[in-house]
Amino acid sequence: MTMTTDRENWSKQLFDQFREANVSLFGYVPDAGNAALIDMVDAHNETRSVLLSTEEEGVAICAGADLVGERAVVCMQSSGVGNCPNFLGLVKGGRFPMFMMISMRGDHGEMNPWQYPMGQAVEPVLEAMGILIYRVERPEELEPVTRAALDAAFTAGQGVALILSQKFLGAKAF
Amino acid sequence: MPDSTIDRRDLLTQLMPDPDRYLIITGLAGAARDVAAYTSETDNVLTLGGAMGAAVSIGLGVALSAPDEQVAVVTGDGELLMNVGALATVASMMPDNLTIICIDNGCHGETGGQPGHTSRRTDLALMADGAGLPSTLTVDAPAQLAGAAKFLTEAPAPRFLCVRVQDGPPAAYKRDWDLAACRLRFRQAYLDRKQAG
Repeated sequence: MTMTTDRENWSKQLFDQFREANVSLFGYVPDAGNAALIDMVDAHNETRSVLLSTEEEGVAICAGADLVGERAVVCMQSSGVGNCPNFLGLVKGGRFPMFMMISMRGDHGEMNPWQYPMGQAVEPVLEAMGILIYRVERPEELEPVTRAALDAAFTAGQGVALILSQKFLGAKAF
Repeated sequence: MPDSTIDRRDLLTQLMPDPDRYLIITGLAGAARDVAAYTSETDNVLTLGGAMGAAVSIGLGVALSAPDEQVAVVTGDGELLMNVGALATVASMMPDNLTIICIDNGCHGETGGQPGHTSRRTDLALMADGAGLPSTLTVDAPAQLAGAAKFLTEAPAPRFLCVRVQDGPPAAYKRDWDLAACRLRFRQAYLDRKQAG
């Protein structure tokens, strides 16, 4: 099985779970880790992607969707987490449900030194803002961890981050 | 300081004679107070007290998720500039139910009136135009407000109106600071109206 096919398979698994949870809007800053998912969002007639200029816009868009009873998620690379904390105050202060899908860099096997500072700060930054961490390391974890994160966000009204680790994604080769 | 003869406290009655026709999201500080005082914070209004830079994106989330509603974002020049890339995101999505009104006083009124970029060389309507919004307009005199109101109902959306105002104080109004309560009120009222058809 090639790498690409693998990514399409797990992205399809994720997409199906998002659909089952009635997520209709997907904010994203492009990343290799969310590319296949966003292609599926664009190909489906009941889901819509929103290309963001910066990641925190996606946090705000999720809040806006919630205000009218719809469900949105925001997808980003780990480097974008650092742009989000001020807007994540909406979660703690307003009890908005929030689902962030974060594809990691600066993690297991990273070869670009620029990725390490923010990559290693992702979990402490999110925890400081009250966001619950759901981390995927192995393929068999994807389905149950995603399900738990979706339930926490959209049934229990929590702020969550589904973190796709570099062990799961495969480190980028340079 | 913008060369304007508009007093912000006279503005909204002329721009939005029927505020109930919109779902309204405001930025923080002056814009929030102006809208809250004008509407008495009816349940179609959500005002921010923090998360500076989020207003346009929250409004976009509402507009995309409730395509049958008219959505208005009312914010200030500082709040808008803090996340001005959101205008490009709006233009990419082209929601035909979104209106953005910027009350541009050219300064950071809430923190003591320190000058902002629009008091120097920055033109927000040009930035919105450059982002790709189909309709943009700047007004700076009371006589132009009737035309601005017409722009808000007739110009192709998403539309951006910049109202340059004098740097006087916003409306005096004590807002509800409990965002969780405001969220629930806005959300439940919308869902109830939707269910009632």
